[in-house]
Amino acid sequence: MLSRTADHLYWMSRYIERAENLARLLDVNNRMSLMPQSEREVERMWIATLDSIGLLDAYHQRHEDVTPNDVLRFMTLDRDNPGSIYSCLRSARENAHAVRGTLTSELWEITNATWLKLRNYSLDQMDVDGAEQFFEWVKMRSHQSRGCTFGTMMRDDSTSFLRLGTFVERADNTARLLDVKYRFISEAPRRDEAGEYYQWSALLHCVSAFEIYRRVYRDQITPTRVAELLVLRQDMPRSLAYCMDEAYGWLQRVANQRSRETERRVGELASQLRFGRVEDVFKGGLHSFLTTFITRVNDLGNRIASDFLVPITS
Amino acid sequence: MSPTANRKEASASYSKFYDEMHLPDGSVRPYYAGYQKWLDGVSAERMARKRQEADALFHRFGITFAVYGEEEGAERLIPFDVIPRIIPADEWQKLAAGLRQRIKALNAFIADIYHDQEIIKAGKIPPEQVLSNAQYRPEMQGVDVPNGIYAAIAGVDIVRAGAGEYYVLEDNLRVPSGVSYMIEDRRMMMRLFPELFNRHRVAPVEHYPDLLLDTLRSVAPKGVPDPNVVVLTPGSYNSAYFEHAFLAQQMGVELVEGQDLFVRDGQVFMRTTQGPQRVDVIYRRIDDDFLDPLAFRPDSMLGVPGLLNAYREGGVTLANAIGTGVADDKSIYPYVPDMVRFYLGEEPLLNNVPTYMLRKPDDLAYVLEHLPELVVKEVHGAGGYGMLVGPASTKAEIEAFRERIIAAPEKYIAQPTLALSTCPTFVEAGIAPRHIDLRPFVLSGNEVRFVPGGLTRVALKDGSLVVNSSQGGGTKDTWVLEA
Repeated sequence: MLSRTADHLYWMSRYIERAENLARLLDVNNRMSLMPQSEREVERMWIATLDSIGLLDAYHQRHEDVTPNDVLRFMTLDRDNPGSIYSCLRSARENAHAVRGTLTSELWEITNATWLKLRNYSLDQMDVDGAEQFFEWVKMRSHQSRGCTFGTMMRDDSTSFLRLGTFVERADNTARLLDVKYRFISEAPRRDEAGEYYQWSALLHCVSAFEIYRRVYRDQITPTRVAELLVLRQDMPRSLAYCMDEAYGWLQRVANQRSRETERRVGELASQLRFGRVEDVFKGGLHSFLTTFITRVNDLGNRIASDFLVPITS
Repeated sequence: MSPTANRKEASASYSKFYDEMHLPDGSVRPYYAGYQKWLDGVSAERMARKRQEADALFHRFGITFAVYGEEEGAERLIPFDVIPRIIPADEWQKLAAGLRQRIKALNAFIADIYHDQEIIKAGKIPPEQVLSNAQYRPEMQGVDVPNGIYAAIAGVDIVRAGAGEYYVLEDNLRVPSGVSYMIEDRRMMMRLFPELFNRHRVAPVEHYPDLLLDTLRSVAPKGVPDPNVVVLTPGSYNSAYFEHAFLAQQMGVELVEGQDLFVRDGQVFMRTTQGPQRVDVIYRRIDDDFLDPLAFRPDSMLGVPGLLNAYREGGVTLANAIGTGVADDKSIYPYVPDMVRFYLGEEPLLNNVPTYMLRKPDDLAYVLEHLPELVVKEVHGAGGYGMLVGPASTKAEIEAFRERIIAAPEKYIAQPTLALSTCPTFVEAGIAPRHIDLRPFVLSGNEVRFVPGGLTRVALKDGSLVVNSSQGGGTKDTWVLEA
């Protein structure tokens, strides 16, 4: 496969996955805002969220105060914010457009139709529908695109690079989501058991893990178990362990002469998660564990780019 | 307003021009009888709905082109008209024979110009017309190309005028586009009106990509057993990008950009995830000037450094060849009938439009006196830009153009304004006649091949003669009816 084609496929699926996870992240915050709490607490939550995805400075360049409404606007339909859902889906569509001949017509049309709908979607519309409905829509379009990949794309390099992009992105996003929520809850000025329960269950809902948690643990929600579920569970499709396992598998399918070291590193990371214990995760603190993980995923992304994708220098 | 009512009102104007569907008395030509019968049973509302459906589908499929400088993401459709243009089989046979002859002569001409230049020695064409032509590429002198094919793909613009005679308006031998619309229009018609295809024996066109791939493989460098063909595009922001992606996908070959290719040891390779892979035939949709920054425009980011040398050494085939523009230039056009006689020893089967060459003082004097009646074109212009349509222009426009001609007469040719044929077209007000042309796509490899018909372009503005999509033209499905 052409390196440039692989590059576009990889980034197309990364952007779709990112848009989906942004919708999930904003959705959980939105739900948490519904809880009785002070304005300062709500502000603290949104600041932490913007910070976790690296957009706090960009936000402050445009807005002075951190209010739920402004952040939602900034993160959903703001065309000038390169990190907004709008921008992600625009990039996804641009990447798909550049390789539309490699995609099945269904996958191309879904990506294109999503973009056409989003382009005409207004803030007024979102006010009428409610933000939750918008997030549902973004998630649903992502599901459709993934389903179409599964149901129609040939199982050659094109599928491999699409899936590789999905799992590299998801690993990063899940880690950031867990990190920001864990810190937010544990750094709360006042402990409040009922409130914490609500926070954790909202987090589980947002990664579609609430029912899974109940099935797996049949017990009350504790931070340790939530972390275990989202970090180490091999059968939880949004967990770090699952993402790295998948990334390793897809990477092996496209392996080339240059990619040995990259394979080794993903394999190592996947094994550490597969055989790791939750005590080890918490030993140096969850935050430090997740920060290290995000750095390693970032390194993985760079290595994939230099092994397979558009060479930075030619 | 129902289409029928409008048809009556419009029927008077059918007599002014040759109409593809109607005889001058307003009755329907025999090969349109079946269509007319069907049309009589269709309400205007249904037609309007079908047209909207077509627009929505084209948008969803992304069969659009980006427009520079417009609102973000704005993409335009090339308007599609739901009424087909029908060509009876016997007419098409004659056209096809004429096209085959003409393209053979043009390929022979290009080969001759880049080798022995017999036609110049024989005094048929003045040497300066060829050798001082901006489209003449001295880099190609003495270069042999596989099978002697320079223009593997031609998109010949044909119009019908007067009492229905066909004329060749332009031989597009560089990077003619539009063939994807020919195929997509057919698919759209079959989707919107499947019943019409039960009632008519419409010659298929959708196998064009197979013929194209076959043609491209047949001009691969000698001794390559399983040639690797690619389509070279300027990129996804190019207005014809849809077509580039479409053709690559339909042929099952890679769509590459210049940055994907590199030259090593006289051969061309593409960068893949598994390392370099050899490329044998490049169907390039980039103009000569941008192909190789080392040889042509140094500022080109679209091309491949070193490509010209690899090509000259026979390491790769370019389709079309470099330098084909010397044969489709408007200043060379008047000589094509002579080429047919010179190379093939035959009388030309297709008419040329009488052309005044303004570098000739007599022609210039005549044209300056008759500007309001004539069409004046820039020799190197394309896409309907830089031309004057005398009868459709104001006095001021004509005078402004007159000054441009006087300043550099050699840059212009002029032709009588042809009364282009019309075809009924579904417009805002109902069904009304609009002017059309025809672009058949002619493939030359081991043999000359084409699919029956081509792309019919239609000038949607009432009275307009300009069919280019950049100037508000649309397209129609083109049916060659099998006998």
